[in-house]
Amino acid sequence: MEKGRYGIHGGQYIPETLMNEIHKLEESYEFYKNDKEFNDELNTLLREYAGRPSLLYYAEKMTKDLGGAKIYLKREDLNHTGSHKINNVLGQVLMAKKMGKTRVIAETGAGQHGVATATAAALMDMECEIFMGKEDTDRQALNVYRMELLGAKVNAVTTGTMTLKDAVNEAMREWVSRVNDTHYVLGSVMGPHPFPMIVRDFQSVISKEAKQQILELEGKLPAAVVACVGGGSNSMGMFYNFINDKEVELIGCEAAGKGVDTPQNAATIANGTLGIFHGMKSYFCQNDEGQIAPVYSISAGLDYPGIGPEHAYLHDIGRAQYVPITDEEAVAAFEYLARTEGIICAVESAHAIAQVMKIAKNYSPDQSIIICLSGRGDKDVAAIARYRGVKIYE
Amino acid sequence: MSKRIDNAFKEKAFVAFLTAGDPSIEKSEEYIGRLIDGGADVIEIGIPFSDPIAEGPVIQAANIRSLSAGCDLSKVFTLAENVRKKYPDTAIVFLTYLNPVYKYGADEFFAKCEQIGVDGIIVPDMPFEEKGEIADAAKAHGIDIISLIAPTSEDRIKLIAKQAEGYIYIVSSMGVTGMRSEIKTDIRSIVEAVRKYSDKPTAVGFGINKPEQAAKYSAIADGVIVGSAIVKMVEQYGENAGDKLYEYAKMMKNACLGK
Repeated sequence: MEKGRYGIHGGQYIPETLMNEIHKLEESYEFYKNDKEFNDELNTLLREYAGRPSLLYYAEKMTKDLGGAKIYLKREDLNHTGSHKINNVLGQVLMAKKMGKTRVIAETGAGQHGVATATAAALMDMECEIFMGKEDTDRQALNVYRMELLGAKVNAVTTGTMTLKDAVNEAMREWVSRVNDTHYVLGSVMGPHPFPMIVRDFQSVISKEAKQQILELEGKLPAAVVACVGGGSNSMGMFYNFINDKEVELIGCEAAGKGVDTPQNAATIANGTLGIFHGMKSYFCQNDEGQIAPVYSISAGLDYPGIGPEHAYLHDIGRAQYVPITDEEAVAAFEYLARTEGIICAVESAHAIAQVMKIAKNYSPDQSIIICLSGRGDKDVAAIARYRGVKIYE
Repeated sequence: MSKRIDNAFKEKAFVAFLTAGDPSIEKSEEYIGRLIDGGADVIEIGIPFSDPIAEGPVIQAANIRSLSAGCDLSKVFTLAENVRKKYPDTAIVFLTYLNPVYKYGADEFFAKCEQIGVDGIIVPDMPFEEKGEIADAAKAHGIDIISLIAPTSEDRIKLIAKQAEGYIYIVSSMGVTGMRSEIKTDIRSIVEAVRKYSDKPTAVGFGINKPEQAAKYSAIADGVIVGSAIVKMVEQYGENAGDKLYEYAKMMKNACLGK
């Protein structure tokens, strides 16, 4: 495959102003990914600071209740900052520092990536600015304050739909303005090459560990791995080391919002068409004239009109399947996991739980399924309460 | 290769941009006419896009106003067609993000451009390396792809300039479009580097809004591009911007000519 391409997807569709910088980034990454000192430092941070390896937890009660495959949860929610986002952020911020950058910027939807970036910036003495849609700063107010506590400046984006897509737009605009001292810590496996590759590589630690852990526990590979997909970083991390194991099903769960047949969803594979946006060729929710559609999900982290190019490719070749999960299903799964296993997960991750609640019984007890529990749900409690009509405000 | 673009740069050129359909497609037609009557040599018609990542707040807002007012591609084509009928000699260029062209189909898009008499296209999110998305189709229909060169382009200037068509759009500053009181980039050295590899005219854009800037940069390059300042006037005067635009174009063209 051509460099930076995944089948026909990927590429570098960005303003000329960024081209030299993105080439420098690619060169730096190619150097540091094989640099022993960099990898030693990163691995130390992942172990001592982020708390890796994350647990692979056998969800026994859920397994018994659903009847069928043994269900394991890859506990990315137990990482420092509460989600998988820290894996990528530590890698990128460490690299940015080595590249001589003094400032990092990032987009965030739910706030998890923003919090992770602000955390790494605090740790590594970098200036930090986060771009977050106004809609999301409202529904994730606690995370905004959290980022500010960590010393970051949070910019509420009031353009467009005021969600994740608009936060990416603003972060890109900011990057074009200050490319010399600033690194854009893109939070998902999206955007122009080399970002989809860099983020995938840093997140692939999830499946690297999970594979080793499941082989130790079960003595064989899982029947399926399941993860939620917005841009697709935790799912790509969860899929990556299983891609060549053809017997392992890869299942991505998209946000169907109020239903794939309604205008209010963010199910890119179900409803999207080929397009070029945010630096990449991939599938996007858009109208007939190529205007990017306003999308919706209860989950701010999945509320994105596109999907990373490698996912688009895995879909094209039939290696992974992508299924839509509605708000209602995700909220029910959120509540189910809390009551059954005593784990309050992110509403994003609840999309993956919901899918497994549907399919677990189709497998036999000698098979296993791994769910990537991408984040913890503290940030979502108030929103879920509101969804259920309980008036709690943060 | 567009004759009209070549002719536009026979003297120092004033290139005027506005977003199609803001406040309405009828008004865009009137305003383009007034800009041309005032002295604009090239008209850049912005095709509205939901997420214009290279634009500052002024043009972003115009994109939203246009789309909200119901502008679509067929209306933009009609607009360009009407302008072409009335002004057979003025160069017309579309500025669009890549996705609308990709979605429409590059071949169909440029066939339509050729039929209407559009001379060139600027795609701010399509760098040199991704030109392949539209290059064959544009060439087949005789539409110039106008390349951008940025303050950060450095060694890429040669690459871009060597294949340049129409005119070369020199991005004056880092960042997005918008009016700037000061431009810090050394435009002269960029223009000189470009001229080593290309005989195509150069026009400086991003931030230019005052006649003094127009005079300064058209003395260095072959012309200037003004977008946000024009769009701001449309925002400010709404349906009644015609006379203001005419006067502004006249003032800027004179400044380009050193008058």
